[in-house]
Amino acid sequence: MDPLRLALDVPLRDFDLGVELAVGAEVVALVGPSGAGKTTLLRAVAGLTKARGRISVNWTSWLNSERGIELPPEERSVGFVFQDYALFPHLSVRANVEFGRHARAEGLLERFGLARLANAKPRELSGGERQRVALARALATDPAVLLLDEPLSALDAHTRDEVRGELQLLLRESGRPTIVVTHDFEDAATLANRVGVLVEGRIRQIGAPAELVAAPADPFVATLTGANVLRGEARRFGGLTELALPSGERVRSTDTAAGAAVAVVYPWEVTLSPTAPDDSAQNHVEGAVASIVPIGNRVRVRVGPLTAEITSDSAERLDLSVGDRAVASFKATATRLLGLGP
Amino acid sequence: MRHAFAAVAVAAAAFSLAFLVVPVVALFVHVPPGDLLHALGTPAARDALVVSAKTSAIAHGAVLLIGTPAAYAIGRSRFRGRAVFLSLIELPLVLPPAVAGIALLVTFGRLGLLGGTLDALGIQVAFTQLAVVLAVAFVEAPLYLRGAIASFESVDVSQLDAARTLGARPFRVFARVALPLAAGGLGAASALALARGLGEFGATLLFAGSLQGVTQTLPLAVYAQFEVNLDTALAIGALFVCFAAAVLLALKLLPGWTRFVSLSTFRSATSTSA
Repeated sequence: MDPLRLALDVPLRDFDLGVELAVGAEVVALVGPSGAGKTTLLRAVAGLTKARGRISVNWTSWLNSERGIELPPEERSVGFVFQDYALFPHLSVRANVEFGRHARAEGLLERFGLARLANAKPRELSGGERQRVALARALATDPAVLLLDEPLSALDAHTRDEVRGELQLLLRESGRPTIVVTHDFEDAATLANRVGVLVEGRIRQIGAPAELVAAPADPFVATLTGANVLRGEARRFGGLTELALPSGERVRSTDTAAGAAVAVVYPWEVTLSPTAPDDSAQNHVEGAVASIVPIGNRVRVRVGPLTAEITSDSAERLDLSVGDRAVASFKATATRLLGLGP
Repeated sequence: MRHAFAAVAVAAAAFSLAFLVVPVVALFVHVPPGDLLHALGTPAARDALVVSAKTSAIAHGAVLLIGTPAAYAIGRSRFRGRAVFLSLIELPLVLPPAVAGIALLVTFGRLGLLGGTLDALGIQVAFTQLAVVLAVAFVEAPLYLRGAIASFESVDVSQLDAARTLGARPFRVFARVALPLAAGGLGAASALALARGLGEFGATLLFAGSLQGVTQTLPLAVYAQFEVNLDTALAIGALFVCFAAAVLLALKLLPGWTRFVSLSTFRSATSTSA
């Protein structure tokens, strides 16, 4: 039996948020565009937003509309990390962490590397430190459920990678049902065991990050996981399926589809060369280099409709610059097809 | 042409300053400071000081005690007709004091709206010290409420939400989070309201009268002593100037303190996603 089970219905302005979810002692990330209802879902679990439905935690009912149960936030055992952290500016780090009912700060301050800052005020802290205080404060009451709203969005790109790693460890350690909300799939995949894609109030797909990448349920999920998504018309081509793109180019896949469809190919499956190579790859798309973005030891290169992710070494060897012609190649076996229906 | 206008503007500024400051300075120079201090020792001035201190303390205490939670409730809630509600609260602020006095008289006076009930309970209101307290509270409460509501409105809702998720019951959220975060604005509103209450004249005169040692407050004493002993009137006037200056100075110092407490200056400008 899962410690946290919820079935919620919250009317929003343009659509209803309708989500059923069971979370064990694991981290589940909900990822989706702004306005998908992510924050509303967290607030409903915490009792900060009115909702209809059921929420039960370790067999205790927090919300049951049919039986007229609706606990106020202060009676639900939640740890909530707000998007802007919502630290109390007039209290020291220690007083912030000790604010909660029956809160114990001692071990937490040490474990979160905050012992040195115990008497500092929030305004004296860096973004990463503030985030650790917010998390320590949320955990100090030993909550049954941990909720994090965009925990990385208030940080600049530089500290973000570092804090993401720390957060991953701390969340795995905490060993309680945790829901993280983010708009970034990479953050979700790093932090969570399972990732759910929330679009317009509905979970489109939920599974391990690798499952979403390997078998996206629809083009939206594919785009979200960072894949290239090419639209076209599919038809049989020998033992393969060929997708005719509006540009006239053709992409082949070992998947089958007919009619309107999209081809999904991941940037790390795409290789680049100055001219069309004579290799085993079935698909070659020629175009101008539109952008070159380094990410750590890799480089993301945009060629025509495709993004390729190659190593920095390879990028240097190819000596690419924006405006150059290049050929992006990828195998038919690495090309997923998703039918768009009639 | 531009040059000429700049000169005119500077002259206008100088004239404004002189017009506002010279009368205040005149209060102090008309009589030597030593005599002013002596005049404050006259029975009329001493009685007025006691009446004003006592009635203002009670009225101001009641306004803070009732007004602060009221302002919190109003500042945190959104309901239909809120703008009308706020305007009603502010109405006494723009009412001529004499009208406020008559309004209080026909409410609490012997023949007033609640007069019969109060009379049956053996409570006399009009022309007693209780009337002074009511008059002072009536004119200073709107000023305090207005400032206090604005202060509570500016408190970040997510901090109150955070307190609730940490298990804080409503009173603890109010006392430990909302109150300290609104403290700067509450202090400013309180100081302004206190000054306004101490200076109350018209409503008190009509509702409470001007009986030395009972209902004669400092402003009423200025008026009463004006024809009897100008020095005493001037001394009380000088006292008011000092008090007003202290209030303004406190207000100038307060914003720095509010900024010190507020988190808004360094919160990142990221928008909240739904």
